[in-house]
Amino acid sequence: MVAMAQCMQNRDLHAAWQALYGVMDPEIPVISVVDLGIVREIMLNDDGLEVVITPTYSGCPAGQQIEQDIRAALDNAGLKDARLKVSLSPPWTTDWMTDAGKENLRRYGIAPPAKAAGKRALFEEADAVACPHCGASDTELVSEFGSTACKALWRCLACREPFDHFKCI
Amino acid sequence: MAAAAEQARSKADDADLFEVALRLGDSALILGQQLSGWTSHGPTVELDIALQNHALDLIGQARLFLDYAGRLEGKGRDEDKLAYFRQAGEFRNCLLAEQPNGDFAQTMLRQLFYATYARALYAGMEAEGEGELAEIAAKAEREMAYHVRHAGEWVVRLGDGTKESHKRCQTGLAALWPYVHELFMADEIDQRLIAAGILPAFEDVKVEWMTSVSSVLERATLAIPEDDWMPSGGRQGQHTERLSYILGEMQSIARSDPEAKW
Repeated sequence: MVAMAQCMQNRDLHAAWQALYGVMDPEIPVISVVDLGIVREIMLNDDGLEVVITPTYSGCPAGQQIEQDIRAALDNAGLKDARLKVSLSPPWTTDWMTDAGKENLRRYGIAPPAKAAGKRALFEEADAVACPHCGASDTELVSEFGSTACKALWRCLACREPFDHFKCI
Repeated sequence: MAAAAEQARSKADDADLFEVALRLGDSALILGQQLSGWTSHGPTVELDIALQNHALDLIGQARLFLDYAGRLEGKGRDEDKLAYFRQAGEFRNCLLAEQPNGDFAQTMLRQLFYATYARALYAGMEAEGEGELAEIAAKAEREMAYHVRHAGEWVVRLGDGTKESHKRCQTGLAALWPYVHELFMADEIDQRLIAAGILPAFEDVKVEWMTSVSSVLERATLAIPEDDWMPSGGRQGQHTERLSYILGEMQSIARSDPEAKW
């Protein structure tokens, strides 16, 4: 009986991860909330499944939508009893984005964030960002603030295409 | 270390924590509301978007602070109730946040002053404190770093730009300088929270602020005005007339149908 209960629990855990891998960012529909690092952990406690999520940028207008989508995905996976816990600490960083997620971004035309959370000093030159279209590193920053709170606007000087760069925080 | 912080936290009074959460939340909210006034009026489309992003960051931070304040108070006021159903005298934002947008130069100077202050304060809160305020501060600090950089670069470009842009920067600087002093004036509530390890010492925040801001102004070839008039009281609820107009606009929809559900 114990073994069977254990097995059922593992199945729930697996089902939760599976379900959440399918929840895409509403503004960047090629990256899942797991690859973004929004789903911090899924735990099996005595009283059931707990999904810990973390908000990205404080002002992200997609935040509420993401939370609702995660809830709906868990419900649809038959995990209606799973609890959703929002945790602020430690604060979300783009370092938590998975390599698979970064590759998806790049293929979608968004230059992924660099590995180290970039805390560039005042007046320091921005690190070179490779163009997601042609791969050239001859690019320039157009605006630190792009089409959404998480992106900056860049331009490739080799292929002349503009592109978004996921801001590092 | 953790035990010491825990002890400090228990020494801090909930009423004091409520006040400081309002002060930080209201400053972010009012400044965010003002910045959103630039929407569709920015000098270029990129700057229009940048200012909206700044506004979103600040309003997002305000929501976190006000939500926390509401739960601390325990009287059923959520972030929306606190934002939309308080009068001007109940707001605790610093006076700097309610200063007019003016021209783009003045808005960038105001942003530089506020963001540099918020970043230093939040970094200190993050380092010293534990608990929810420190968590919110840690999150907001990273975002404010972007604001400091953006505003700093524009202040240099405009200050060290044309004769006209330099003149406008110097005028904006003179208009805003009196309101920066309030940021570093610790009242009894602040002092208790500094002693409890929730807030960093304001003198340290001021030193960091002055070092950073004066290096930007020097690059921008702008002269720091003489310290003269130093109005204060915003963080205690004494505001300029302007706040009422800001609130009038910000709160009108929520007040026209208080029971509305989205």
